[in-house]
Amino acid sequence: MVHIVDYDAGNQTSVKRALDYLGVEAVITPDAETVRKAERLIFPGVGHAHSAMETLKEHGLDEALKEAFHQGTPILGICVGCQILLSRSDETDLPCLDLIDGACHRFQPSDHALKVPHMGWNALSKAREHEILKDVQPGDEVYFVHSYYPAPTDTAAVYATCEYDVPFAAAIGYKNLFATQFHAEKSGPVGLQIIKNFAEWDGSSC
Amino acid sequence: MGRVVLLSKRLIACLDVRDGKLVKSVQFVNTKEIGDPVSVAKKYYEDGLDELVFYDITASSDRRDIMIDVVEAVAEQVFIPFSVGGGLRSVQDCSRVLEAGAEKINLNTAAVSQPRLIGEVSAAFGVQAVVLSLDVKSTISPTVSSGYEIVTHGGRNPTGLDAVEWAKQAEDLGAGEIVVNSIDADGTRDGYELMLTRLVAEMVTIPVIASGGGGQPEHLYEALTLGAADAALVASMLHYGAFTVQDIKQALHGMGVKMRMGG
Repeated sequence: MVHIVDYDAGNQTSVKRALDYLGVEAVITPDAETVRKAERLIFPGVGHAHSAMETLKEHGLDEALKEAFHQGTPILGICVGCQILLSRSDETDLPCLDLIDGACHRFQPSDHALKVPHMGWNALSKAREHEILKDVQPGDEVYFVHSYYPAPTDTAAVYATCEYDVPFAAAIGYKNLFATQFHAEKSGPVGLQIIKNFAEWDGSSC
Repeated sequence: MGRVVLLSKRLIACLDVRDGKLVKSVQFVNTKEIGDPVSVAKKYYEDGLDELVFYDITASSDRRDIMIDVVEAVAEQVFIPFSVGGGLRSVQDCSRVLEAGAEKINLNTAAVSQPRLIGEVSAAFGVQAVVLSLDVKSTISPTVSSGYEIVTHGGRNPTGLDAVEWAKQAEDLGAGEIVVNSIDADGTRDGYELMLTRLVAEMVTIPVIASGGGGQPEHLYEALTLGAADAALVASMLHYGAFTVQDIKQALHGMGVKMRMGG
């Protein structure tokens, strides 16, 4: 059973539909207590890191997520739900969840052809192996929509990279936490495979 | 200069839906039913399509709920981004469509008559959720300096707005992408309106999608290179079976355009 954290972040329904399609039992919940006790969590997100952090705090979900992480619950973050796992973001003065040391920065391309947000399909390169990326082939493309990108302090937390005006971390992980900057739920068969791998993951990092 | 890594160009299929059925219109008249939008969307998805646009042309507002059912059914089976447009006049209308499973809202006529809707929808759901479609016709009117005018109601109503200036305003108001739809070229399958597409692409910093006139892969190649578009929208060249998604993507890939292949 996967619980999807609902904090008005936009894409929880799409994530639920992907899990339904894969035959994985899933429930959307806004409840902090349910999040604490969940056996497996997906932490989605679309939009702004600032409003995301505000809503999480308002509902006590920030503390619930931290507790779940420290208990060893496998957690998959997606997009904004990836960015705010880091210590801080250029998009907000609020501290973020700080489960992975690092920050999110805004793309600042000098070339007019490179638009912000970085929106569309782009190729992944694997930085190191992980159970969740086991079926991803070099060059597989996934769907991104974001203006900020995650930059963990320790490069050992980077599992896949993508290139835009700068190379950036497209998938990060630490212990029982894994997160994708791209929208796995909208990335076709490659994205569905990643979600399936997460549903089967025991939470141990490589 | 560092190395520049461009995104793959996107192939987008547009599905016009009326009363829950896929229809194809030529220059917005003579619509005819050509299938079920959900099964067609699924077929294109499985063949590697990058994105979908559903345009609800249902005439009566009391039948709009049929479109919500279509959106939900698509979202259950199709795992690529898609936008929905047509008949959306408020943030509440847009919210229903997004909750049903669409990623993006496609604003057209409503944004011309009430431009602040662009900002309201963008503030509520983020710029990435707002696609603005421009219906454009060439004009000799001296007040429209680019020579391209925004029109509504399928081209019947000129607005006096300069398409290129309006595109820039729309970006400033909060649009995240712009579809440049040439009414002159729509349904002709003679190629996109390249000059118009390029003028808009050079004016704005958000992605531009060429629309109207695609009939051959070469037309898409022109729109994505000479037209400087980030994506090309097709309809009849797919719907009538002249080309598959893979036919088009393979052809573009062969011409050196970066496309998402396989996967």
